[in-house]
Amino acid sequence: MEFAELIKTPRADNVVLHRPFYPVVEGTLCLTGHHLIFSSRRQDNVEELWLLHSNIDSIDKRFVGSLGTIIIKCKDLRIIQLDIPGMEECLNIASSIETNEWRLSYVNKDFSVSPSYPPIVTVPKSIDDEALRKVAMFRHGGRFPVLGYYHKKNGMVMMRSSQPLTGTNGRRCKEDEKLINATLRPGKRGYIIDTRSLNVAQQARAKGGGFEQEAHYPQWRRIHKSIERYHILQESLIKLVEACNDQSHNMDRWLSKLEASNWLTHVKEILTTACLAAQCIDREGASVLVHGTEGTDSTLQVTSLAQIILDPRCRTIRGFEALVEREWLQAGHPFQQRCAQSAYSNSKQKWEAPVFLLFLDCVWQILRQFPCSFEFNYYFLLMLFEHAYASQFGTFLGNNENERCKLKLPQKTMSLWSWVNRPQELNKFKNPLYEANSLVIWPSVAPQSLQLWEGIFLRWNRSSKFLDESYEEMINIIKYNKELQVKVNLLRRQLAELKTDDEMQESL
Amino acid sequence: PEHLEKLPLTTSGCPLVIQCKNFRIVHFVVPRERDCHDIYNSLLQLSRLVRYDELYAFSYNPKQNETERMQGWELIDLAEEYQRMGVPNSNWQLSDANHDYKICETYPRDLYVPRNASKPIIVGSSKFRSKGRFPVLSYYHRDKEAAICRCSQPLSGFSARCLEDEHMLQAISKANPVNRYMYVMDTRPKLNAMANRAAGKGYENEDNYSNIRFQFVGIENIHVMRSSLQKLLEVAGTRGLSVNDFFSGLENSGWLRHIKAVLDAAVLLAKAIAVENASVLVHCSDGWDRTSQVCSLGSLLLDPYYRTIKGFMVLIEKDWISFGHKFSDRCGQLDGDPKEISPVFTQFLEGVWHLTEQFPQAFEYNEAFLLQIHEHVHSCQFGNFLGNCQKEREELKLTEKTYSFWPFLLDEQKKYLNPLYNPNFSERLSILEPNTVSFNFKFWRNMYHQFDRTMHPRQSVFNLIMSTSEQNKQLEEDIKELELKLEQQKGKQPNAVFCKEPLLSVHPMSPTLKTSECFKKEQPLLPVNESIRTIEGSNTADNRYSEYMEELAKAEPAVVSLEYGVARMTC
Repeated sequence: MEFAELIKTPRADNVVLHRPFYPVVEGTLCLTGHHLIFSSRRQDNVEELWLLHSNIDSIDKRFVGSLGTIIIKCKDLRIIQLDIPGMEECLNIASSIETNEWRLSYVNKDFSVSPSYPPIVTVPKSIDDEALRKVAMFRHGGRFPVLGYYHKKNGMVMMRSSQPLTGTNGRRCKEDEKLINATLRPGKRGYIIDTRSLNVAQQARAKGGGFEQEAHYPQWRRIHKSIERYHILQESLIKLVEACNDQSHNMDRWLSKLEASNWLTHVKEILTTACLAAQCIDREGASVLVHGTEGTDSTLQVTSLAQIILDPRCRTIRGFEALVEREWLQAGHPFQQRCAQSAYSNSKQKWEAPVFLLFLDCVWQILRQFPCSFEFNYYFLLMLFEHAYASQFGTFLGNNENERCKLKLPQKTMSLWSWVNRPQELNKFKNPLYEANSLVIWPSVAPQSLQLWEGIFLRWNRSSKFLDESYEEMINIIKYNKELQVKVNLLRRQLAELKTDDEMQESL
Repeated sequence: PEHLEKLPLTTSGCPLVIQCKNFRIVHFVVPRERDCHDIYNSLLQLSRLVRYDELYAFSYNPKQNETERMQGWELIDLAEEYQRMGVPNSNWQLSDANHDYKICETYPRDLYVPRNASKPIIVGSSKFRSKGRFPVLSYYHRDKEAAICRCSQPLSGFSARCLEDEHMLQAISKANPVNRYMYVMDTRPKLNAMANRAAGKGYENEDNYSNIRFQFVGIENIHVMRSSLQKLLEVAGTRGLSVNDFFSGLENSGWLRHIKAVLDAAVLLAKAIAVENASVLVHCSDGWDRTSQVCSLGSLLLDPYYRTIKGFMVLIEKDWISFGHKFSDRCGQLDGDPKEISPVFTQFLEGVWHLTEQFPQAFEYNEAFLLQIHEHVHSCQFGNFLGNCQKEREELKLTEKTYSFWPFLLDEQKKYLNPLYNPNFSERLSILEPNTVSFNFKFWRNMYHQFDRTMHPRQSVFNLIMSTSEQNKQLEEDIKELELKLEQQKGKQPNAVFCKEPLLSVHPMSPTLKTSECFKKEQPLLPVNESIRTIEGSNTADNRYSEYMEELAKAEPAVVSLEYGVARMTC
């Protein structure tokens, strides 16, 4: 992640700058990759303040109504105050300049530290690459804790990693402890969400894996959930599809087969864990570390869904694409292995699992509950499912960045996004009901609120003609509404113009 | 309320749980146990009324004058409805045989029968049918000239027969000029029907009736349905329910199986008429529960009129109210035999809901309409659903003493319009053929958890589309008005077009600036209805995952304090 990407609001107008012994100045505030720039923007006497981000020692924010105030204390001991109108803008700016606790590390640039990590990762600034290498030795597959998400509202973060290699004799790693603790604010506690049950996590120790011991991570509280893996998920998919494909089932048989597939149980478990992570961050004001065993499957389901719940940007088309890119492709979800076969495969291979499909199903469930909060529609999720399993594009090929580099995919194939983002394609995926919603969205995970994703599982088993038609009609109503609004505006303007012309004529 | 329960005392007080007939569950915590006990006893007595005139409908006063009230009762006219269907005609006539309720107490006065069914045949047939409910017309399909008829089971026992009854059925089949054979649908499971023979009842022997095709369709009886719903509600009400418990509970309750059976029967009925042009006689035991379900749903599949707001009221009035579905007994309006209570009408509404899910553009009304009807079938606020049959309603003088529900529903019809409704839908599709493969049946969350908002989607597509299409209508009117004004304005300045240019050049004012100023005055152009966009009840405490975080955030139990007269509820 480039620093520039952290800048949510690059510019704010009507900002008031207070400095000791100087008159108050009103002007425009700009954020660049390296500087905070304030300019009075007056023609006559331009007053400008350039402040290096690296000069910022600490930041305080306060609010009076919707007027926010940021007090910046600099390393050269200067203290300045900025009044920024608008809560949103103020928070954005504060969070953008605050993130100097983080840095980009190129420690994995040749994929030697962690073969499944991307070349660039975001880590706490206080941890150097040497320490990262040591932590990598202590984590499964070298997947040391990295930044997954920064919650700008309160500065809490979500980290992800793989399991620590504590083994049966409780090995520890000081650098690991230091790294994780570096993500905590002074006096704050954090939560480690282990996606495995305590039992499974304990068993993992026999194979050299394990979990963080309370004694060595006293500022962290561990919560175990149990999200299933690999073949259990694959079997679940196979059973579900089998149940859906048999039209002869009577009601009891259908319901018992649906139940026996456990598919919706997995959906509920994943969603619940993601909600839990989001709840820790947003409601408890605590940072979170998520991991399971490898940190490439259930971990990513949880971290990506939590971001959809917390971050409105992930609910836009571009934002969701970026999320998939960041939390799945770059994060090293082994698409090649997981999506090699789908529900009709007879060969029992160990690595296949509908991990990504389950993630999409969970997104679908949230989308159903918040139908106006997503810029994309069901077809977008369906398209991603199709391309994850079979695609003419290079995006989902390979198991991680390392492999994609070796295969020279960027040079030899087309990116799915470049095709999807063409306006004519994008139109198919736009949700006509979308209205940006900056709130955190908490889905219901009660079984009564979860549904079978008909668009995927019943797609070839029944006609959706009438449903499709009604969707079209819905789009038409909204389109028509926009046209009417434009027309009313136009007429009003014409009328007003005529009236003023009239008045002028009379006054002449 | 359906059910009251006092739970063991806790530190904060005495919990009181009220389960309502509209599936609302309210938990109160009353600080003092004695108060709780008093409330419990009062509610218990108030919910078990003995006389009809104690019901709310007799004291409900919406401040209407007498004429308005009477007009309300006249809103639905069944004679008009039969006319709409095309009866009387050369084959079907209005019979006055039951005009004084002499032949059948639970039928309406006005009945339509085949023209060649003479009075002795009617009387003879009625004596051979349970509770005197002989075969009469329920729906006439004008284009196919085929009819849906309804009755109760024959008193055939193991071998009894009745010539008049056989004639009656023959008359029905002869009243169909296109197809001579008719279907007789016994909506019961075969075993039940056979068991009835031992009690001198039973089903038609195909050998005795000419031109009939007899068929069982296997819908269970009221007792099975009652316990099925009971099981369903138990599952739905479980706290911290797992997905597997939910589905196995759903399966064990058998509820969706029953809904499917009812819809399957309706589809069979509709197809017999639409595809084979055959008339169908439907019955169960007494012909007022399953028969009402199948006849009304079958008509709904055949006739788009019943998919309109007014038409649906007519359908309920005809197949349920007039033909004597025992609303009072089935809904437990008075303190009576709990074994008579059964969610037969609720199942009918659920069947309709499933159809609206499959054909989103075929219905003029929406889900809220169905829920509102369900609400008032149980509320006893209006007279329509009181009593068990028309005769009883007349004796209660309901039209004089209570108000009719339909005008109130019609008054609010804006709330119940389906914005996606396409009146031309039925032109393409004369009969709705729902897909009844099991996977199409879903738990009706908005019925059984209507009041548990935390389980609902947090944003409603339906509300949004509804307000958008309403806004569209307003905008269309605005445009008309503006265009008119514009015309008038242009008329005022005949040379407007020519004046415009020189004027602008004289005043070097930016035209865009000028217009935008005028434009501002007109703001706000369209107040966006915020309430529709807002997200209801979306917070972590409302959701079930907070259970996993109990150590983190302990939700305070809602407490009712009688002293201060303040009640906070958790639903």
